[in-house]
Amino acid sequence: MAVLRVKFTKTKRDKLAQVLWILNWISVVTGAILFSLGLFLKVEINKRVEVMAERDIQYMPNMLIAVGLIACAINFLGGKICYDCVDSTKFLRWKLIMLPYIICTFFFTFCVLVGALMCYSMRGELEESLNLGLTEAMKFYKDTDTPGRCFLKRTVDILQIEFKCCGNSGYRDWFQMQWISNRYLDMSQKEVVDRLRSNVEGKYLMDAAPFSCCNVNSPRPCIQKQITNNSAHFNYEHQTEELNLWMKGCRQALLEHYNYIMQSIGLAVLITWLFELSVLTGVRYLQTSLENVLRQGDPNSESDGWLLENSFIETARINLNIIKSLGKSNQIDEANNGDPNINVPSTSKAHYGPDNVPPKQMSESS
Amino acid sequence: MALMVVKFDLKKRVKLAQTVWFMYWFAVMAGVLLFSMGLFFKIELRKRSELMDNNESHFLPNLLILMGLIACAINGVGGKICYDSLDPSKFAKWKPMLKTFLVFCVGFNALLLVTALLCFLMRIPLQFTLAEGLKNGMKYYKDTDTPGRCYMKRTLDLMQMEFRCCGNDNYRDWFEIQWVSNRYLDFTAKEVKDRIGSNVDGQYLMDGVPFSCCNPGSPRPCIQIQMTNNSAHYSYDHYTEELNIWRRGCRDALLSYYGGMMNTIGALVVLITMLEVAVTIGLQYIDSSLSTLVNPEDPESESEGWVLEKTVKETFTDIMAKMKSLTKGGKVEESSEAAVETVS
Repeated sequence: MAVLRVKFTKTKRDKLAQVLWILNWISVVTGAILFSLGLFLKVEINKRVEVMAERDIQYMPNMLIAVGLIACAINFLGGKICYDCVDSTKFLRWKLIMLPYIICTFFFTFCVLVGALMCYSMRGELEESLNLGLTEAMKFYKDTDTPGRCFLKRTVDILQIEFKCCGNSGYRDWFQMQWISNRYLDMSQKEVVDRLRSNVEGKYLMDAAPFSCCNVNSPRPCIQKQITNNSAHFNYEHQTEELNLWMKGCRQALLEHYNYIMQSIGLAVLITWLFELSVLTGVRYLQTSLENVLRQGDPNSESDGWLLENSFIETARINLNIIKSLGKSNQIDEANNGDPNINVPSTSKAHYGPDNVPPKQMSESS
Repeated sequence: MALMVVKFDLKKRVKLAQTVWFMYWFAVMAGVLLFSMGLFFKIELRKRSELMDNNESHFLPNLLILMGLIACAINGVGGKICYDSLDPSKFAKWKPMLKTFLVFCVGFNALLLVTALLCFLMRIPLQFTLAEGLKNGMKYYKDTDTPGRCYMKRTLDLMQMEFRCCGNDNYRDWFEIQWVSNRYLDFTAKEVKDRIGSNVDGQYLMDGVPFSCCNPGSPRPCIQIQMTNNSAHYSYDHYTEELNIWRRGCRDALLSYYGGMMNTIGALVVLITMLEVAVTIGLQYIDSSLSTLVNPEDPESESEGWVLEKTVKETFTDIMAKMKSLTKGGKVEESSEAAVETVS
């Protein structure tokens, strides 16, 4: 019993072929869109690679780029096949390739689905990478004279201004590290020496944050120094003050930014997957109906199209048997004592042309 | 003697019509581009209207939008005419109004050229508007509790960060105004009282700038207060320090931004004008070649096409004579009416 059998007349077959040709071209466009989405994600990640620690997050955009290119190629070939399928003589050219093409595309759609799911799963890796990267970047904020790290101050400042965030999880992260270079500290002053002595590692710590943490929405000029000291500033209470500095941490801000991008990309990939699957179903119907037409012999007749010739279980069993016999073909055939040259009479009926009339016996006399 | 005469046979006429039709489609897209440029410019002006004293003239972007729409319409009609010119029966429909349409096109092209010129000249009034607007903006920086001005601080801060500038001409403009609101000044402190007493207007002036003037590319944390006092900061010399805050004035920065935008738009308008002139000339050739068929019944006969029927001087004298006769026609009617009245 075939799976989802549908009857096709000649006009219906031609229409199916034309519609599939157009749909394949649309799929080429969606493949190009996938490629450009992967490229966009790669550029976005590379823009902020300085605040990300070494983690394996480049696989995601690379996979999207590869999937996009393969989708373009597969759908281009599919379009060509469907274009030729309107003419049954040209179909003969593609007859042998069509079934492997359909199987390949089926497995490819699995890849597309895996790609869509990966978009949603990358979050954990990204968070880990950002956490470590931001901590390192803040640690090297003051090293503006070390080659290789001299631009980290600028990068972190611009990041905090652009994403409206401060520190890793909050502005208090800046209180725990020295972000002023020793070159600008007057070591002869008592206050500086006291601060350096006040902690084990000899770091100049203060309750202050860089200027890039300042919130532009604050009604008063920015308070960046002595943030926790209420008496240092007039009419100021740091526990209730929310508009002075950015309250959000940069890790969370960057995660939100990337999550938004990846959710959009994930949605686009899912839609592409559904589209590809429907195009594949159409091509399968086209292939089976054209093969049946060839079997019947009359190109203008009706034919059946189906997804699978037998039910799922039978198809699985037949394929398993094929795989088993592939394994067996290497072994010697035991029936004729292993001699392939003995003539075994054929058990099938001979086919004597379209009328099936056996040839007349030629008379012996000339 | 006609200007730039070209001989046409059927094949050449068909090719001309097809080429000009193709060019008209480009011209329609150019019209859309013109419209969108006007829209973009209008939005950009709107975005910073607070800094321009709400006084900026939207004349130029409105003109660009209008010209874009008219260009789309004219080029659409022109394309239709070209498409129909291949079929003599359809072309006969358009024949009577073609002359007026061409005159209208020529007028439109002249207007486009004037628009391009305006794009380059608008820089000057913009300079004055910006100078006035920025000065007032800085004056209202501290008024974050006054309704209608409470966003001025935010606007100025964002602008200084985005355009990498500080103050009107330079950072010293901030030293001359009070940019800290009185709500955050402790009037019981001696220092505050001294500063307020030190100038005529009773303003709290200091040699400090807002945080948005800070340059992220500076190797040291930003120095925004006591900027002229070298001894207040370690290893600091404010005469030679260049990386601490942005050194450029915001009027300069905004002017170069808008000036660059207007120069680009002006250049594009000039290119679009050249395209429009080309399609107008093409349409004139089509019109003249189809009206001078050697054998009017035979569509395959040869014909001539030209840009002007007579020489430039003769055409000019013709137009002058026509205009004179139009004005004289009015006068003759008046005198004849007066004569009729006197007689009766």
